[in-house]
Amino acid sequence: MSTTTKNMNKYWRIGEPMVWLSGASLAITLLTAIILLAVIMINGLGVFWPAELQRLELQDGNQVIGRLIKSEPTADGSALRRQYKIANRDLYGLDFRWIDEDQIVSQEVPRNLLVLERIEHGDFYGELKSLNLNGTTRTASLPDLTKALIEVETEIRGLRELEGKLKDASYLMEQLRLKKLKFDYKGVPANDPKQVALSQEKAILDEEFGHLIDIQTRQNARAREDTAMFTDASGREKEIVLADIFQVYAPNSMGLGDKIAFYSAKLLELFVGQPRESNTEGGLFPAIFGTVMLIFVMSLFSFPLGVIAAIYLREYAKEGIVVRIVRIAVNNLAGIPSIVYGIFGLGFFVYGIGHSIDSFFFPERLPTPTFGTGGLLWASLTLALLTVPVVIVSTEEALGAIPREMREGSYALGSTKFQTLVRILLPMASPGIMTGLILAMARAAGEVAPLMITGVVKLAPALPIDGNFPFFHLDRKFMHLGFHIYDIGFQSPNVEAAKPMVFVTTLLLVLIVLLMSSVAIRLRNKMKKRYTFGTF
Amino acid sequence: MTAVINENPIIQVNNLKFFYPGDARALHGIDLSFPEKNVTALIGPSGCGKSTLLRCLNRMNDLIDGCRVEGEITLEGENIYGKNTDIIELRRRVGMVFQKSNPFPKSIYENVIYGLRIAGEKDKKLFDERVEKSLKAAALWDEVKDRLQESALGLSGGQMQRLCIARAIAVNPKVILMDEPCSALDPKSTARVEETIKDLRDDFTIIIVTHNMQQAARVSDHTAFLFEGNLIEYGLTDQLFVKPQVKQTEDYITGRFG
Repeated sequence: MSTTTKNMNKYWRIGEPMVWLSGASLAITLLTAIILLAVIMINGLGVFWPAELQRLELQDGNQVIGRLIKSEPTADGSALRRQYKIANRDLYGLDFRWIDEDQIVSQEVPRNLLVLERIEHGDFYGELKSLNLNGTTRTASLPDLTKALIEVETEIRGLRELEGKLKDASYLMEQLRLKKLKFDYKGVPANDPKQVALSQEKAILDEEFGHLIDIQTRQNARAREDTAMFTDASGREKEIVLADIFQVYAPNSMGLGDKIAFYSAKLLELFVGQPRESNTEGGLFPAIFGTVMLIFVMSLFSFPLGVIAAIYLREYAKEGIVVRIVRIAVNNLAGIPSIVYGIFGLGFFVYGIGHSIDSFFFPERLPTPTFGTGGLLWASLTLALLTVPVVIVSTEEALGAIPREMREGSYALGSTKFQTLVRILLPMASPGIMTGLILAMARAAGEVAPLMITGVVKLAPALPIDGNFPFFHLDRKFMHLGFHIYDIGFQSPNVEAAKPMVFVTTLLLVLIVLLMSSVAIRLRNKMKKRYTFGTF
Repeated sequence: MTAVINENPIIQVNNLKFFYPGDARALHGIDLSFPEKNVTALIGPSGCGKSTLLRCLNRMNDLIDGCRVEGEITLEGENIYGKNTDIIELRRRVGMVFQKSNPFPKSIYENVIYGLRIAGEKDKKLFDERVEKSLKAAALWDEVKDRLQESALGLSGGQMQRLCIARAIAVNPKVILMDEPCSALDPKSTARVEETIKDLRDDFTIIIVTHNMQQAARVSDHTAFLFEGNLIEYGLTDQLFVKPQVKQTEDYITGRFG
């Protein structure tokens, strides 16, 4: 008895329970993170896999073509029910359907079932019946369709080029309009040679524009002539314009190699393609670009600002009550809800500074704002403000951790404070500063709330960088992966159809953060190796 | 304050008083003169003010906020606490080696020429020349001549300390202050550093603070014994250790206290 108590006492004294406790909490934390990542990975990575299409015959005699999403017990738990994606939104109104398992009479996987990815109305599942090319109708098979699609695609490509030209032309016209506004604002009379030249230029452009529009209308009509007839599960016919078909494939007759090739092509499209179907399909390129650009511009502001502020606090400011208050304030800035930063950004940057810029430099355009509205620059500045405390705290700590002997050694050789700072202290503090930057970048990448009121949009018409002078358009609105998740996940009219994209976008955002921080970590390790003591 | 040494004093300390922040007096009026091209040791128990005195000589104490100095220190006749003293210039003339070796996280080469670089020197030839000369003077050349571009942080403790000596020499100072340069070293490294100090005596004035009386006896020409902020005795090392004039000195060097 007493020996047991003794043993127990000893057990507590040694601290064994503490080891277990700390180990367990670490395990729980890790487990949650791993589960979260696994859910994202499993749901996100499977999205583009061309899964098989099933044709079902139901007890009521109806036929259904669909892709199995999941199966689960019914509400009373007596039977199983399955969720199918049946697509054909334009025919059925819904993309998804629940089917009780005991309703299914037969189930097969015919090789000729096709999946059409369309520009509008989502996917179409069904069979090909005939092709209508150049006014003649004939029965056809998948290779014929593919061939016809390739032909149509050249036409579509021509149309895209035309669209690009139209975009350029309208950009030029907008520039002319702004120029004219400026002249009018300055009171240049209409018969002034400058104004005359401007209107001449405008007339030429207008004519060119009209000409382009004509060509576009004609080509468009021509491209939309060719159609194909498809049938759905119950044999209902549906004529689809070939130009509306984005891609066609027969998942049931694809081998593993085909599927992998298909999957890779889809993945590539995700990175470089433009979004379609109110963002629920297609690529994420503008959002990826916007996110990376945002983080980059944010770092450009927050990094120097934070480091210099920390240098002042640690090296130059006299230690005292003021410095202590500033330090406490900086530490507590991190606790302010990010939406508050957003509101501040909106009030201060957008309405305050942005509006002032507008009234000084672009008064003729008012009330249409140029800088006085949300944009990449303001969103970056807001995020910079949000992350600057992280940079300050880590830089201060890094500077404080440098042994006193280093400073003294440098001073003793006749160096000034500034020389010591630049040649000894900053290089030695650089790994710590990098850590701060990594944390700041990760925080900025995950922030959505402040962006929503400082310039992020669902669909940006143009990227913040393009070929038009001055190339960097930081006043433009932009797309962002985090906002994309919120938008398609909760604001989309067809949430169920958008769900896979939510996971993919999340995965992508995680990957981008991972990529950017691993680059920064590599850099930090390099610095660490250079500037810290290996052995003593 | 016996035996003021008159042979070419390079540094003259006159009635030096030093106060740490909060008016804590650490030195109570020291009068002392350091002869040129000699090794002078400052000995005394912990807290006697020997390091404080040493750090007054290159105004290292200026880094402490709120400390105060009274009295006068002249270097080659000029008051270093005068109004027009250029501290940067002063520290170039009075180099320092610290208790804990503190090589910068740079290559061995860059460490040695650091003082030259910050002085605005850009001549590569001069750099090479000085690196060789200084490392030779610090008895480190043979060990590192093939890896000058490697990080100084890879050196052993003793090598690091000799590198710090080379770094101090490289700017051609008049005086080198050493603040317990061997206290963190093993006996073998200590012996090498002491060897180096003896070699340097011909070119530089060396003032060394040490805890170790044997070391003071081995390397120094003159020794000053400080106690509680006062200079108790100052004289030729041989005399001071063999025949101390003051009782306190005798007690200390015979190990009765301290």
